[in-house]
Amino acid sequence: MDPRHYEFVDAVTSDLSFVARGETLEQAFAAAAEALLAATVARPEAVEGRVTLPIRLEDDDLELLLLAFLSELVFRRDAQGLLLRVGRLRVLADGRARLEGELVGEPMDAGRHRLEGDVKAVTAHGLRVAALDGGWEVHVTLDV
Amino acid sequence: MALSEHLRPVAPALWEFGPEHRPGMRVPVRVYATKGLLESMDEQVLQQAANVATLPGIVEASFCMPDAHWGYGFPIGGVAAMDPRHGVISPGGIGFDINCGMRLVRTNLLWDEVAPHLRNLVDALAHRVPAGTGRRGFVRVDRDEFRDVLREGARWCVRNGLGLPADLAATEAGGCLPDADPDCVSERAIERGYNQIGTLGSGNHYLEIQVVPEGGIFHKELAGAFGLHRPGQVAIMFHCGSRGFGHQVATDSLQVFLRAMPKKFGLEVIDRELACAPFHSEEGQRYFKAMNCAANMSFVNRQVILHRIREVFSRVLGREPDELGLVQIYDVAHNIAKLESHRTGGRERTLLVHRKGATRAFPPGHPELPEAYRRWGQPVILGGSMETGSYLLVGAETGAQSFYSTAHGSGRTMSRTQARKRIRGETLQKRMQERGIYVRGASWRGLAEEAGFAYKSVDEVAEAAEIAGLSRRVVHLQPVGNVKG
Repeated sequence: MDPRHYEFVDAVTSDLSFVARGETLEQAFAAAAEALLAATVARPEAVEGRVTLPIRLEDDDLELLLLAFLSELVFRRDAQGLLLRVGRLRVLADGRARLEGELVGEPMDAGRHRLEGDVKAVTAHGLRVAALDGGWEVHVTLDV
Repeated sequence: MALSEHLRPVAPALWEFGPEHRPGMRVPVRVYATKGLLESMDEQVLQQAANVATLPGIVEASFCMPDAHWGYGFPIGGVAAMDPRHGVISPGGIGFDINCGMRLVRTNLLWDEVAPHLRNLVDALAHRVPAGTGRRGFVRVDRDEFRDVLREGARWCVRNGLGLPADLAATEAGGCLPDADPDCVSERAIERGYNQIGTLGSGNHYLEIQVVPEGGIFHKELAGAFGLHRPGQVAIMFHCGSRGFGHQVATDSLQVFLRAMPKKFGLEVIDRELACAPFHSEEGQRYFKAMNCAANMSFVNRQVILHRIREVFSRVLGREPDELGLVQIYDVAHNIAKLESHRTGGRERTLLVHRKGATRAFPPGHPELPEAYRRWGQPVILGGSMETGSYLLVGAETGAQSFYSTAHGSGRTMSRTQARKRIRGETLQKRMQERGIYVRGASWRGLAEEAGFAYKSVDEVAEAAEIAGLSRRVVHLQPVGNVKG
């Protein structure tokens, strides 16, 4: 499935909300990461995979896991200047919600990446991870 | 039935619906607005204010200021006071941008002398005050010294030659909140923030050169007291916050609270962004002390930006800063929770007042005001859209009804995505230039999102706050040059 399976929706007036979908939880999480990248740079497809970082997170439920996952991406961009997407991901929801995999991307380069928005944080407002017929859908609002 | 249908007028520019209209509400919702503003207010604002009214320990009412709009968790423009003895603190009632606020600086310059230099001034400010995503600040400190910054707030700037003692006197809380403990802050927050001192950020943050227009003075005596009393007088206003540091403090706490609420406190909230913890719990106290660190970082950020502004004006105009009369009128937070003393239920009580997109507006005589302003009341800086202008207001005795809180800006009426569909950043820049406003944005997308039509009328907001008795208008300010974050 295309990782760009997300759309920005008119929800919270002052901020930026999106819905991301996938046939699997992994794909829905990857699509959410892609939406976050699109909120940050003008041409997310131009972000190349020059850096690989491992990621491993655990939380009480899938929504908190998604919040922690996207917050990790915001932190890496703001503190370390890294534009990242999902390389490989495995999400498990067996009691605890767990995630393990790799992020890929590259350092921000003003010559190649036109920065568009400073995502301050991932909010918990309307945060949802839902199983649909034949897939998963996540709802996220970013503070911009 | 929509909550808006339950709203009843209870006083001029004040509407209310009672707790019986929504399960779990502990207090009523009170909305300050003219009829026009109320009609343009999203139904979601009322839903969110009703959600806030369910929080443990809330006192009196869940308030919406005249510029209220749909945010995350609390509405933006939301005010809620909690009894700290058994009530909660909620990061969603403060926002991720802790101590996002406004600073207003007057000059003794008139527009005629500044006009020929406007482009140079705006270009130099854009160059010297980094704006946009991922920009590094010009003040370099290591992580240890950053902890001093968090403890000392704007006093650290004065100690390091980046500000004047008079700046501190004209800053809320003297630019330093005492309950700031860097040990309550994560290493991640420090890593994210220590090199961002002196940056504007993006979103709705800006640095603006403004002019007092003919007919812009609403109250001559008060305008005189604040030194902004001549038509054509030039002022500088800017809006920014605690940058990535504050965002990370809030992110960390939100996650801690969400995990602790069901397990440790047995608390449930309608919207997870209303995550909260009892104020006196370990989690609540750690957040409060970390939040105060972020508030201090924000005072520092605005202080060093003022230092840069003084340098730029002095260099471009070829005169010493003293000659230019660059005097700070005030610096005030609009995303914060503070312990304050208020009279409610017939007695004086300490309350934890959450203001999210709302400004503290203390009345004349309030002991927390600097001596120079005690007779007049607290200056309130109401930042409008970059096209329509801003206001200097002052707190009033009748503001006791909202725990001395008033509006903070114009308030959006249109989402960012809608605004971008309506206009391109390049077109907006040209259109503003034709109207005599020279604007430089860090990104075209960001510029388009901040178009004037995406906001309510700032005039109507200032007027509604005055009709309701929350604050009084002192001076209207017109933008002429803008550095957009």
